[in-house]
Amino acid sequence: MAVKKKKSLIQNRQTWSPLAWGLAFGVVFGFLLQKGGVTHYDVILGQLLLTDFTVVKIILTAVLTGMIGIYVMKNLGWVNLEVKSGSWGMNAIGGLIFGIGFAMLGYCPGTIAGAIGNGSLDALVGGLAGIWIGSGLFAAFYPKLRTGILRFGDFGDVTLPKLFKVNDWVIVLPAAGLILTLLIWIESAGL
Amino acid sequence: MSFLTQVRWSPYVVGVGIGILSWLSFLINKKALGSSTSFAKTSGMLEKLLRGPNVALKPYYQKIKLDIDWQWMLVLGIVFGALFSSVLSDDFNLQWVPSLWISTFGNTPVIRLLIAFIGGILLGFGARWADGCTSGHGISGALQLAVSSWISAIAFFVSGILMAHIMFNIIP
Repeated sequence: MAVKKKKSLIQNRQTWSPLAWGLAFGVVFGFLLQKGGVTHYDVILGQLLLTDFTVVKIILTAVLTGMIGIYVMKNLGWVNLEVKSGSWGMNAIGGLIFGIGFAMLGYCPGTIAGAIGNGSLDALVGGLAGIWIGSGLFAAFYPKLRTGILRFGDFGDVTLPKLFKVNDWVIVLPAAGLILTLLIWIESAGL
Repeated sequence: MSFLTQVRWSPYVVGVGIGILSWLSFLINKKALGSSTSFAKTSGMLEKLLRGPNVALKPYYQKIKLDIDWQWMLVLGIVFGALFSSVLSDDFNLQWVPSLWISTFGNTPVIRLLIAFIGGILLGFGARWADGCTSGHGISGALQLAVSSWISAIAFFVSGILMAHIMFNIIP
């Protein structure tokens, strides 16, 4: 009886907790983004104009910290990777379209949510509606794109260690060294 | 607790914080941090509201599912987190036109809103095309050393940097 009750508690937790956890993680994420200054148009455009390197510093530090932790936990068997599959047609072309929009809007999907919390009305009124329409347009074109350009140069859900068929650490450690060097260089150049 | 009322934290502190948040997300949620799919879900849900239940049958919406899920709540949480942070540090500012924009293009809100709108369309379309954004590819995918994410992240910044220079240094 006791066992049964415990099981149903766990099941209950599974039905509500993903949404509650999502909200909690989002609040922390948004708090960090705002404290980092990247919910501001001026900081993001400063990065794209190469006059303010805050965005790159945050991303590279997050990638460095995250990468080491995730690969340690992966090797301990605690977590599984969640790698998105891709192709040149998907990631290179989609990425270039995204970048044009990124420079015009001055926010990305995560930071526009933060910018709205920050009081930026160009994000709330102009940008948000645009992202919804752009996403909807893609959904309309998707049936044609998915069998064509999105398949071009398909490489699947591969990671760099898998691509080169080497042990994870053969890539993780040099990548960590490279990111660290880049950060030290940016800092010493006064950027 | 004075750090909570500071306007800015060091980008390195913020970066380490986001990195640790991503560890916890893999451990607790079994998910990587990401943002852009939530906007596509909202777009589909709004279209469904306007045009009826058949909208949900579109192949793309069958793929991503038109529901409120973990990541949708994450994006909602970002709004509140940024609101708390900016109110605590007195950095909350209702603003139509950002100051960097004003310095080059003037302070007419309509022009700024129009460019933000067109930029939003391209950003939303591109994020779906590349299957991710600066969070999903730029942070979560890059830290997993995903090939798809490194290609995407490099493309985001190459074309972003080019477009920003065209807008601010060539057009005016």
